[in-house]
Amino acid sequence: MKLRPIAAIALRQFYLMRGSPTRVLPMIAWVAVDIVLWGFISRYLNTVTSSGINFIASLLGAVLFWDFFTRVMQGVTMAFFEDVWSRNFINVFATPLLISEYLTGLVLTSVATSLVGLVVMLLLATWLFGLPFFALGLLLLPFLLVLFLFGIGLGVLASALVLRLGPASEWLVWPIPALLSPFVGVFYPLATLPPWMRAIGHALPPSYVFENMRSVVAGHGYSGSGLLIAIALALLDILLAAWLFTVIHRYAVRSGLLARYSAESVS
Amino acid sequence: MRAGEIVGLLGPNGAGKTSTINMVLGVLQPSAGSICIEGTDLARHRSQALAHTNFAAVYAALPGNLTVHQNLRFFSLLYNVAGGARRIEQLLTEFDLQPLRNTRSGVLSSGEQTRLALAKALLNEPRLLLLDEPTASLDPSAANLIRSRIRAMASRSGCGILWTSHNMYEVEQTCDRVLFLSRGRILLEGDPKTLPHAHGAVTLEELFIRLAREPLAAGSQPASTATAAGR
Repeated sequence: MKLRPIAAIALRQFYLMRGSPTRVLPMIAWVAVDIVLWGFISRYLNTVTSSGINFIASLLGAVLFWDFFTRVMQGVTMAFFEDVWSRNFINVFATPLLISEYLTGLVLTSVATSLVGLVVMLLLATWLFGLPFFALGLLLLPFLLVLFLFGIGLGVLASALVLRLGPASEWLVWPIPALLSPFVGVFYPLATLPPWMRAIGHALPPSYVFENMRSVVAGHGYSGSGLLIAIALALLDILLAAWLFTVIHRYAVRSGLLARYSAESVS
Repeated sequence: MRAGEIVGLLGPNGAGKTSTINMVLGVLQPSAGSICIEGTDLARHRSQALAHTNFAAVYAALPGNLTVHQNLRFFSLLYNVAGGARRIEQLLTEFDLQPLRNTRSGVLSSGEQTRLALAKALLNEPRLLLLDEPTASLDPSAANLIRSRIRAMASRSGCGILWTSHNMYEVEQTCDRVLFLSRGRILLEGDPKTLPHAHGAVTLEELFIRLAREPLAAGSQPASTATAAGR
């Protein structure tokens, strides 16, 4: 892999964001709205329940983690969609650019955009609602790492689907985090779920983050093996997603889909 | 394709000109045969082969939400051009794009967009340049200027150019050799200045029209194909 082509993909997104406040605002606005909304809900729940659970830590913390994962995934897909929207595939894929370089460029973009979202969420959650985020200590690193890796994997997978199914299928991509959230137990323990949903939950890396986070907040410690499983699953997801993207790209070259990729040529 | 040679790829709509260009660009896989660029097999070493190639096409506009300079910077990095900043300045000057360097590409006129596409196509000093109707949206004066620049560039750098156009005057003036395509096959090949007379036509346009109207369906062979097949 060469550095310049990777930098090109990331630089293009930087140019777009620098010249367009409408691209920057959603990176901040949606997560800010989420934190404020759930911050007040958590504060209210703390006043009306006597369960002893700190909802600011468990509920607002979960929202922050989930929004971070969503931003990572959308960081990849949004960068990919820019090429879809500007019908830029021929220009990009007729260069010496390797698929691995293209995907790495998308990941770099996502790192930058998701970090912006994370910083905004942390500022709001700690200043406005006193979220004890850093009380999780070094556990923050594996938690964020798992969510980051899974977000990257899912983002690449979603991009592969849009490459195969066409621009209109981007509408299948936006609800993916919402579809996954019931299975990974963002707001409740996996034990709450029926067995078939729990089984799916155990195959999804974020489940281990939220289970461990609740356990640590409740003072019960964490499962190191659970986090290792989560990291392994997330890495496997990335490998599978990158493989699928490569296979679909090859199909698109073989079938002529890439050369004629537009809203009109694919359903 | 020989070094410094400009080859015109001619044929009616649907003949396979753009498909041929897409195959050479590696965005469409050939059903048979192989493509070698500077001795490198495109199918096996795509990245190395495409490092020597570039293109400009009317249907592949550069991202309109980037400025002229940003587009050239983006593509210079994609083509891994060393000393990209200097090369960009050269091309901005050569194609009269300096006053437009901070203008978004999407608001440029057709002629300006064509100049930008050509500047982008020369970023990596390609050994093989593919131009799909590069002057289609230009007025005669601008088209003439672009043709002169491309001819000069080809003879100066030794870059081979594959050029598609429906303007037979342009082809006759610019190309060293032409290939007549129909249904993905080469019907005829030769010097555009001598080819019409050799096949009983007065002009290249007359020859084009005759070839384009010959019945090619269902394996029927046109009279002129016999000559091409014997080459």
